[in-house]
Amino acid sequence: MREVIVIGGGPAGLAAAISARDNGATDVLVIERDTCVGGILNQCIHNGFGLHRFKEELSGPEYASRFAENLDNIEVLTDTMVLEVTADRIVRAVSRDHGYMELQAKAIVLAMGCRERTRGAISIPGDRPAGVYTAGAAQRYLNIEGYMVGKNAVILGSGDIGLIMARRMTLEGAKVHACVELMPYSGGLTRNIVQCLNDFDIPLYLSHTITDIRGKNRVEGVTIAKVGPDRKPIAGTEFDIECDTVLLSVGLIPENELTRGAGIPIDRRTNGAYVYENMETLCEGIFACGNVVHVHDLVDYVSAESERAGKAAAIYASGNKASGRVIEVEAGNGVSYTVPQKIRPENCDKKVDMFFRVRNVYQNVRLVVRDGDRVVASFNREHCAPGEMEHIVVPVALMGNAEKLTVSVEEVK
Amino acid sequence: MAKIICITCPKGCHLTVDEVTYEITGNNCPRGAVYGKNELTAPTRVITSTVAVSGGEICRCPVRTESPVPKGKMFDVMEAIHAVRIVSPVRIGDVVIENVCGTGVNVIATRNI
Repeated sequence: MREVIVIGGGPAGLAAAISARDNGATDVLVIERDTCVGGILNQCIHNGFGLHRFKEELSGPEYASRFAENLDNIEVLTDTMVLEVTADRIVRAVSRDHGYMELQAKAIVLAMGCRERTRGAISIPGDRPAGVYTAGAAQRYLNIEGYMVGKNAVILGSGDIGLIMARRMTLEGAKVHACVELMPYSGGLTRNIVQCLNDFDIPLYLSHTITDIRGKNRVEGVTIAKVGPDRKPIAGTEFDIECDTVLLSVGLIPENELTRGAGIPIDRRTNGAYVYENMETLCEGIFACGNVVHVHDLVDYVSAESERAGKAAAIYASGNKASGRVIEVEAGNGVSYTVPQKIRPENCDKKVDMFFRVRNVYQNVRLVVRDGDRVVASFNREHCAPGEMEHIVVPVALMGNAEKLTVSVEEVK
Repeated sequence: MAKIICITCPKGCHLTVDEVTYEITGNNCPRGAVYGKNELTAPTRVITSTVAVSGGEICRCPVRTESPVPKGKMFDVMEAIHAVRIVSPVRIGDVVIENVCGTGVNVIATRNI
C-alpha cells in the first residue's frame, strides 16, 4: 500500500509530491511517462517563469529544476505509463524496467496536464501536406531536438505557445508572416503580444481564420479570410500568404482519459474534474491539480494549486477525511467557469482561492461573488480578458450560510 | 503621451508614458515605472535560445542572457549563441558566453545536461 501516488511528473505533479511529503506523507511515488521529470517546462526555454513564486524570471527548465532538485524521500518512476486508475485507488502502470504493476494507494493526485488541439479538432479545410504542426510540437522539435520546422510560417491561433513560437522561429531565422486569430481578441497574455509579435513586426489578424491550406508534399500557402460575429468566414475577404509551415495554437485540452476511466465526474466547461476547495475530485481520496483540472496561463499558479492538492492528499492518507456541508459555486454573467466548483467551508483555512476566466474583454468592471442578492465579496478590475485567468481570494467567514455562490462580472456604476 | 503595455510580469499593465518627463501612469508596481522609461529610452529584452551540446542525453542546451540586453542587439546575440558548441556536463548557471556582443551580460545555461 502506497501512501500517495502522483500521476505525472510535470510542474503540477512535482509540486504536489513535494507538498505531500512536506505535510507528513512518508511514502510518496511520482509516476512519469517521459524519461525525465519537468514535463512541458523542459521545452519552454523562454523566460518569465517564477515571477510570483521566486521573484525571479526563470526559463522553464530552471523553474522545473527548483522542484526536481527537491525530491528527497520521494520515489520517481520515469518511463512508466499509467494505464488505469480506479475509484478505489488502484493504479495500473507499465514500464520497460518493471513490467506491469498494480499499486494500491491511500490517496492519488492526478497531474497529467493537457495536450494541444490539432488540425483535426478544428477541421481546417484544404490539402494534407507536411508542414502543419501544433505549436508545442514545433517547440519540442526546435528547443529539445534542435530541428527548425520551417522557414516561412503562419501561425493560427494566438494562444501563448503560438506567440512564443512566433518569436522563437523569428530569432532562429525564420520569417513569421502572420498570426491569425478567430476571435476579436487574443487568447494569449498581452505581454506576449508585445514581446513576441510587436517586437518583430509580425501582424496579428484578429477576427480572421485560415480557410484553406495548399500544398502537395509540403505546405505551399494558406488562404486567410475575415470572419463575422458568427465566426464564419466572410466571402470576398480572402487573401493568400505563401508559406511552408503552419503552426496551430488553438487551445489545450486537459488530458483526462484516466480520470474518466475511474468514473470521476468531469466539468464540461473546464474539461477537467469537478473539484472541492482542496482540489479533491468528487471521488474521495483522488485529487487533481494543474492543467488537468483547468488550463492555466502561469506555472506559478499551477505550483500553488498543486501544493494544496498534495497537502490535502497527505492529510487524507493520514486518515483525516474532509467533510461538512457543501457550497456550490456557479459561474454567473460573464464568467465561463470557476475552480473550485464546490466549497466545504468547514474544511477551509479562513479563505478560499478561486480561479476563473471571463467570457469577454472588459474594462473597469467588478468581479462580484454573491449569495443570492447579498454581495459576499467584490473585486475591482481595470482590465479583464479571457486569455488571462482571474484569481480572487474569498474569506470563508463572509460566506455565512450560503448554499450557492455566484461569481459574475458586473459593471461599475 | 505614449501608450505601452508593461511586459515585466504577466499582468500586462497598460502604461501611459509622458515622452518628455517620463512620468508614468497606469502601473501597478514600481517595476512598471522603470520599464516604461526604459522602453522609451533604451528598450531591452532577455534573449533565450539553445546551443549545441555533445556528450549529454539531449543535443541542445537551453541558454538565456543573465539579464536583459539592448533590443537592437537581439540578432547579434543570436548569432553569437549559434556559434557556440559546448560539452556535457553543464550545470544551470554555467556561463556559456561571457560579455556577449560587448553588452556586459553573460549568456548562461538553464538546464543540467
